[in-house]
Amino acid sequence: MASRTLAQAITLALDNALGRSDDIIVLGEDVGRTGGVFRITDGLRAKHGAHRVVDTPLAESGIVGTALGLAVAGMRPVVELQFMGFSYPAFDQIISHVARMRHRTRHRFTVPMVIRIPYGGGIGAAEHHSESTETIYAHIPGLKVVVPSRPADAAGMLRAAIEDPDPVIFLEPIRMYRSVKEEVPDDSPPARLDTSTVERLGSDITLVSWGAMMKETREAAEKLAASGVSAEVVDLRCLAPMNVDTLAASVRKTGRAVVIHEAPRSAGLGAEVIASLQEHCAYDLEAPVARVTGWDTVIPLKMAEHHYLPSTERIVTTAERVLAS
Amino acid sequence: MAERPLQFLNPDGQLIEKSPVDLDRAVALYRDMVLARVYDKKGVALQKQGRLATYAPFEGQEAAQVASAATLEQGDWMVPSYREPAAMWMHGYPMELLIATRRGTELGGSPPDDVRVLPVSIPVGSHMLHAVGLAWAERLRGTDRVAITYFGDGATSEGDFHEAMNFAGVLNAGCIFFCQNNGWAISLPREEQTAAETIAHKAVGYGMPGVLVDGNDALAVYEATRTAVERARSGAGPTLIEAQTYRMGPHSTADDPGRYRSPDATEEWRTRDPVERLRRYLADQGSWTPEWQAELEQDGSALVEQAVVTAETLPTFRPEEMFDGMFAELPPGIAAQRAEAGAI
Repeated sequence: MASRTLAQAITLALDNALGRSDDIIVLGEDVGRTGGVFRITDGLRAKHGAHRVVDTPLAESGIVGTALGLAVAGMRPVVELQFMGFSYPAFDQIISHVARMRHRTRHRFTVPMVIRIPYGGGIGAAEHHSESTETIYAHIPGLKVVVPSRPADAAGMLRAAIEDPDPVIFLEPIRMYRSVKEEVPDDSPPARLDTSTVERLGSDITLVSWGAMMKETREAAEKLAASGVSAEVVDLRCLAPMNVDTLAASVRKTGRAVVIHEAPRSAGLGAEVIASLQEHCAYDLEAPVARVTGWDTVIPLKMAEHHYLPSTERIVTTAERVLAS
Repeated sequence: MAERPLQFLNPDGQLIEKSPVDLDRAVALYRDMVLARVYDKKGVALQKQGRLATYAPFEGQEAAQVASAATLEQGDWMVPSYREPAAMWMHGYPMELLIATRRGTELGGSPPDDVRVLPVSIPVGSHMLHAVGLAWAERLRGTDRVAITYFGDGATSEGDFHEAMNFAGVLNAGCIFFCQNNGWAISLPREEQTAAETIAHKAVGYGMPGVLVDGNDALAVYEATRTAVERARSGAGPTLIEAQTYRMGPHSTADDPGRYRSPDATEEWRTRDPVERLRRYLADQGSWTPEWQAELEQDGSALVEQAVVTAETLPTFRPEEMFDGMFAELPPGIAAQRAEAGAI
């Protein structure tokens, strides 16, 4: 066990997976020689070989479509797409084939594939590098969409995703890659890919978020605690298929909730969370569930990014408003 | 690169070069091409009777499909589009499942475990990449299995065609890109699909051979594909084959070619009919008689009829299968919807 960043935890999980089975193949743009734009695959080509950590031509649809063929033939491809904003060229492959092959063939041909996609803003990158469009993937039947927010969970979730018999969109919160550290086992067991986690117990209000926004959500819970408010914090983790059992249990207890995500508000996953809570525990609610989200705008570039991304203060203020109603 | 398509039989069925296949092979190809024609006629008829939801006719493309698929070995992969039923059953896909798919049930998409044919793929041009991955996987596994993928002239305008060709070239994948250039993508003629002189020319940009072949000459199709399969199997890499043929019928049973093309061209192509061409050759060789023809058509009809009966008596697609097909293990939320749908 060693203290590791989220980036290191993902690298470790890939390294372990490559060591565990010859069926695993890592492929994507620049993943081999340079170790990827975020250096997540750094050192893996030297250790496991250029035939297993493969630099592909620059074509996302080509990468995913080819990986589908690998998967149907029994390999376990782990694809890296460099940024969420560059995943769109692969959309047709993901929606039309990756997500549907099992259904189309009544389980005869399956696609055990992981598509790793770094996502989210806050790093002052160029246009198209800060997208948080997880709701688009979560809407597609046949895909699992998951996102870790802690290093230890990331390692276990990635292992589970790689061992999963179905395609998994594995989102990686870019601004958390190297901002948090925690103890991560040298070889994590697989984590559940169908549950949420209560990571802080509270009794007054539930704050629920996922991925990169968990940082501000945790900070908001701390600030609320300082003013005497006991906030429970839920990391949704698994966005699709969504299982709100844990969250609903929390809200039944606290009676109040705020959903936080950096994606645009309209038709964002927060809407799905709130609709589900309404179905599961409407009569336990003391106040309407509130949302703290990105705006229905294009996420601005570096100079104005902070006007877009939900801040700790916005979460605290919104929670206080919900508590007052 | 051949500027004239590879041809052994001229449209009159006369051998213009030494035959690349023995007479037994030519006879076998003819038998399967007659079956293909019987099947296609039946498909059109069934759709008119309302017994198929849709049907994509392939009259005129029998040689391109039968003779190419005949070069494969068990264990090779096939990744079809949606107009290649003959190629699919030639490689083991049960005919009744092809009919079931056209009847409108997912049950048709699940071939037996030992059949390495992916089911029909509808989004034009999106499936060739899968063949590249399959061929690549076989190389990684150390086998000499190859993958063939079928598509039309229209598909060569899609981005994924180019990505597939590029990946296959770079990865040196044992993949055969088999283009049935049938002249039409629904209503768009080949001349407006690409400014390239031939589709085979496009291979140059991806570092692989491009082979132009008379797609209505079964012997030429067989020879071109056999060469490409051998090349792929030996590890020498991919090949693009352009089989020049013609879609004698409509795009689908919902299409009306009268809106966009003259019957003259179709009639002109009828003089190059692939089945009649091979028949004349076999007749010249003393290997065809009217009695044998009648027997072939009778046997073919019986086979297709049996497949139709089997397809029409397949179990009904139960509503819960909609949910059960989504994941290996039913997620709780979808299980709840399954219950809600009253599917239990």
